[in-house]
Formats: sequence, C-alpha cells, structure tokens
Amino acid sequence: MDKILLIILREYITRVRKKSFIVMIFVVPALIFLMGYVLTLVGKNSQELSVDQTIKVSDQTSIFANKFTNIKHLNFESVNSPISALKEEASNNENLSILIIHKGYTMKDSVEILSKKKPSIIVLNEVSKQLNQIATNRNLIEHHINPAVLKAINSDISLNAIEITKTGDNKTNIGANIAISISCAILIYLSLFIYGAQVMRGVIEEKTSRIIEVIISSVKPFQLMMGKIIGVGLVGLTQFSAWIILSMVSTKIAGHTLATTPGSLFGAIQVLQTIHFGPILFYFLFYFLTGYLLYSALFAAVGSAVDSETETQQFMFPITLPLLFTYILAVSVLFQAPDSPLAVWLSIIPFTAPVAMMVRIPFDPAPWQIALSMSLMVVGFLFTTYVAARIYRVGVLMYGKKASYKELVKWFFYKE
Amino acid sequence: MLSIRNIVKQYAGHTALSGVSLEIESGQIFGLLGPNGAGKTSLIRIINQITAPDSGEVYFNGVKLNQQHIERIGYLPEERGLYKKMEIGEQMIYLARLKGLSRAEAIKRLKVWFAKLGMETWWKLKIEELSKGMQQKAQFVATVLHEPDLIILDEPFSGFDPVNAEIIKDEILELNKKGATILFSTHRMESVEELCHSIALLNLSHKILDGKVKDIRKSYRNSTYLIEYQGEKVNLKDTLPFTILEENHGDDDSYGIKIKLNEDVSVNDVLQYLLPKARINLLQEVIPSMNEIFIEQVNLIR
Repeated sequence: MDKILLIILREYITRVRKKSFIVMIFVVPALIFLMGYVLTLVGKNSQELSVDQTIKVSDQTSIFANKFTNIKHLNFESVNSPISALKEEASNNENLSILIIHKGYTMKDSVEILSKKKPSIIVLNEVSKQLNQIATNRNLIEHHINPAVLKAINSDISLNAIEITKTGDNKTNIGANIAISISCAILIYLSLFIYGAQVMRGVIEEKTSRIIEVIISSVKPFQLMMGKIIGVGLVGLTQFSAWIILSMVSTKIAGHTLATTPGSLFGAIQVLQTIHFGPILFYFLFYFLTGYLLYSALFAAVGSAVDSETETQQFMFPITLPLLFTYILAVSVLFQAPDSPLAVWLSIIPFTAPVAMMVRIPFDPAPWQIALSMSLMVVGFLFTTYVAARIYRVGVLMYGKKASYKELVKWFFYKE
Repeated sequence: MLSIRNIVKQYAGHTALSGVSLEIESGQIFGLLGPNGAGKTSLIRIINQITAPDSGEVYFNGVKLNQQHIERIGYLPEERGLYKKMEIGEQMIYLARLKGLSRAEAIKRLKVWFAKLGMETWWKLKIEELSKGMQQKAQFVATVLHEPDLIILDEPFSGFDPVNAEIIKDEILELNKKGATILFSTHRMESVEELCHSIALLNLSHKILDGKVKDIRKSYRNSTYLIEYQGEKVNLKDTLPFTILEENHGDDDSYGIKIKLNEDVSVNDVLQYLLPKARINLLQEVIPSMNEIFIEQVNLIR
C-alpha cells in the first residue's frame, strides 16, 4: 500500500509540476471566456446596423409616403425626383438605397429596392416589415376596422415552462439545460480521452525507457498500473477543481461588475444561476471518475502491449468507438430526446454511460436509471481493471513482439 | 543464500527453463553464463519475482521466496533505463523508497555514493542530459543504494568504457567484501575468471554445468603442458612420451612447445626426457579457459 502511494505521488507531482499543466489551468477558461465574448459580440453586430443608412422612397401610389418610421441608423425619406436621378445618386453613395413602389404594389415583385451594394438582411427585413404594416393598416381602414382597436384585441401569449418538483415549482430554461447537457458531454468525452491517453503514454514511456523492469522488481505490476491511473486521475481532478474555482470566482466578479450594466452576458449569467450546479457537479465528478477508471485501465493495457505510440492504432479503435459513437449521438440527437429508449440504454451501458448520462442529467432522468447506471459503472471499471491488469502484467515485459488480439487473449490466460 | 530447485518455466511455444537447480552460497560472486536465449533472463526474473515459475521453488536463506525479500535484492537489468525527464536525485530517491528506504536515509546514502563516484554535480540533472555511460553509473547506484544482501547484475559491464567498467568492477568487489552476494550474468568470460567464485552454465533451458570455477577448470585438465627452453633446438624423435600440439621459435634462443602427455606418463617423465637435452625455462600446465569450456560445452549440446 505504501508503495502504491509513492507511485501515485510521483505520477501526480511530475505532471502537476509541468509548465504545461499550469498554463492549461489559465488558458482553457480564458479561451472559453474569449469564445463566449466573441460570440456575443458577433451576435450583437448582426442584429444592429452600425452605419447610418438612408432609404429614399419613390412612391407612385402615395399610400406609403411619409408613413415610414425611422429607426436607429436607418432613415426614410420620401422623394419625388425621377428614378434615373435617384439611381445616379445611389450609385455614388454606398449608404443610400432607393425604394420604388409601383402602382400595382400588391403584385409579385412590384416593389424594388436599389442600392450600390447588396442591402443587408436587417435593412430588408425592416423595410418589408414596415411596408406590410402600412399596407395592412390601409386594408383595415378600407374595410372599416380601426387599427387601434385591432391592436387592443390582439393577444400576446408566451409560454413559461415550469417543472413540478417536490421542493417547489422550478422555472426551467430549456435552452440552458441543453447547453449544460451538451457541454457536460463534450467535457467528459474530452477529459476521458485526454487523461486516458496520458496513462497510455506513461505506460509506453516506462516500457520504451526500460525502467519498467527495475520498478517491477520492486512492486507488483498491478500496483504500478493502479498507481499511475490514480495519479493521473488526481491530476485531472486538480485541473477540474482549478477550473471550477476559477470560473466561480470570475462569474462572481462578472456578476458584480455587470449588474449595473445589464447586457446579454449578464443575462446569460443570470440564466446559469438558475441551474442547480451542485447535483450536476456531483454526477459529473462521479461519471468522470468511474469512466476514467474504466477507460484508463484499457488505455494502460494498450500501452503495455505496444512498443511505441504509433503502434497503438489497431487497439485504440475498438476502445474509442463506443465513446465517439455516443459523443456524436449526444451532440446531435440525445439532447433532443433525453428519455428515448436509445438514450436510456446508452446511459446504462458502462462504456457509453459517462457521456450519455451526462446529457440526460439536466433533464432529470428516473432515479432507478441513475442508480442502475452508477452501479454498473462501478462493476464496469472493476471488470476492465481486472482484464487490463492481466494483460498489462505480461505486456510490459514483452519487447519487440508485435502484439495481436490473439496474443492479448493468450496473455490474459497466463499464469503468474 | 539462494537455493533454486527444479525451476520450470514455459512460455507459449517454448520452454525457457526446464528443471534448473542451483545453489548460490552466501558471500559468493556467482556467474550465470550461457548463450543468448539460454534462459538466463528468465531465471533472473523469477528470482526477482517479476515472473513466477510454472513449477519449482526458490529459497532465500532457507525461506521460500516472498514479497519481503524484494527489499533485500538489488537488480540491474540488462536493458537499462530510467525516467528520462526526471531529475537524477529525485529519481534515485524514488527508486530507493520503492525498495523500502526512508527519504532521509536515501538522501544520506546517495550523497555518499555520489561523492564516491564523482557524481555530486548531477543531482539536478535530468537523465536525458547524461551520456550513456553516466546513465549506467546512475543506474548502478540505484541498484545498490538500499544495501541489498543479494545483488543481481545482468551484463553489468556492457555499455561502460574501460575506465568506468574498472570502477564498477571495484565497487562490485568491495560490496562483495562487505558481505553482499552477487549474481551476475554475462557473456564476457574474462570477467568470469577474474571475479567469479562459482558459475553455472545454461544452454537451451538446461543447466549443463555448474560449480566452483577452480574445480571446473581442473576437471577440464587434459594433460596439456607448455614448456619453454633455451639453447639448441631439440630434435624430437618419434619415441616420445608425449605428442606435440604446437611448436614455436621465440625471441633469442628460446623455443616453446605445447604438448599432451601420453597415457600413464607423468610430467616428471617429460622433464626427465628433456633435462639432458635442454635448459628448461618454464613448465606450465595448460588448463582450458572458461571461454574454451563455454564454447566446447555449448557446441557439444548442439
């Protein structure tokens, strides 16, 4: 036991001391933050005009003239100049468009907008919205309906989704749930791979540097394998804790500074604050740990069977397949139907459960499913660890022999 | 010290050891010899409890080999290796602690060894920053740092330049003098005769020869002598009490002949025959070297 601790400590310390580890702690959240910032910025830009635009309206029906309302950065101007002169003017000014409304405006394509550049979607939408409004109003009046009355009797109903729970009714935000479930799936998928691969690389390093024989003469192969797996796992947990603390601190700060200037970012943070992170965090850590133990044991076995990283391909494929498959399903289908039979089954089978269950967690799956899934995870990682350890103990001492699946089966049945 | 009884080890498809038994006495330097693939490394791995035999037992000081013995054995594998990116000091401490030493004790002993082998400045260096010879030196220190009772060295001199090989050889002898039993496997026969008290020769998974080096060589005596004399060349006629194997003319007036005695003839008879004819400088029995015995034995099996 003492020796396992020594191994864990070495694996942990050598990795945590690396500069890349410390850099990762700060760079990853910074990148995520930056990405979010850029996204909101882009979103904002596409919803608003940034430059003043003028639309000269040449109305041949005299229904629309002077009825347009100016909005920010977009001015309407009714003119009577000849169209050729207007065209001449517009061809010299990028921010000028000509709107020509012909007499038979109700016919298809009889309203034209001319400009030097292709007009933006925002401008087009605004113009057509106003055109329709004015035309509708005119029609209403023609049919002796007062637009003001119509507006008053128009209803405006929006749905507010509320979940009934034992602790009280909860406001739910479906969008936020989907965001959480997808990001959890991505995070768990990536971290299983990253840390699993680290274990594998560590095993290969010991094998190629030939230190394995020295160590195996001091400790049992199983101790070395478990020490490495636990050590790397702790590195992963450290990384996550650092990220969680960092993000909590930064949300707090962002919440304070943005509280005075409500913007879309503040809104996003407010939405996030309505989600119960406690249980999600608990399940995330559970599925990360068990999933990691399950997969890293297999990764370790693969590492023990090869002489260099380039040879890992043939063994990596069947290991990564279930994860990749679930991941692709998770981000495309599962979040839309978190209670479908496919989602339920995937969230119970240990090899796919870490990703699939994390997608389902924000949508509150049935407790028996969670319980079954969690206990199968434990059974699953005990099983893979047992299998992997039997392959590992033989594999680490085999040099220069190209291992095949047949070979691995043979190793599994070797006596001590 | 070590009693190896009837070890059998089979791998899929081939037998690595078939019924090998050895006795290694305490305080000995024991040489494990044999061509490649004879089963030396398999046997060493069994003694180190890296693998277990299919049948047979190993006794360490009369006790069946178990996990407690790990700390009393130091092992230098043929394929040397250390963590490339780890600092030497930390790495040595780590390896020593895996063998049951406390951190403080490991540091204390390391300082002594580093001073002894001129490695003081290496403490903070990484393995990848050292030359191959330096790495070997570091690995040797890691092997013996926990002062094991039994030191197992697999091809200890490979990879050392002559100067460092000499240093390591002296260290091995000193450790042996202090009471450590040393088991080493090698192809280098000169070092066997120089260092080993006893040997065992393995070939194709079988032990084909073992015993004290002196006894083995004696048993391979074949009445061959080397004689050197001075003066006129002796005309050796056909009615000789011996057969001539080799004859050569040395510097000055000296002649050397290598002879094999006829049956029922003692070396004194030869002297009596030669004394009236020449001035004898040297008479020496030619005992086959371990190298010759090794080659002869291995070829015999083939």
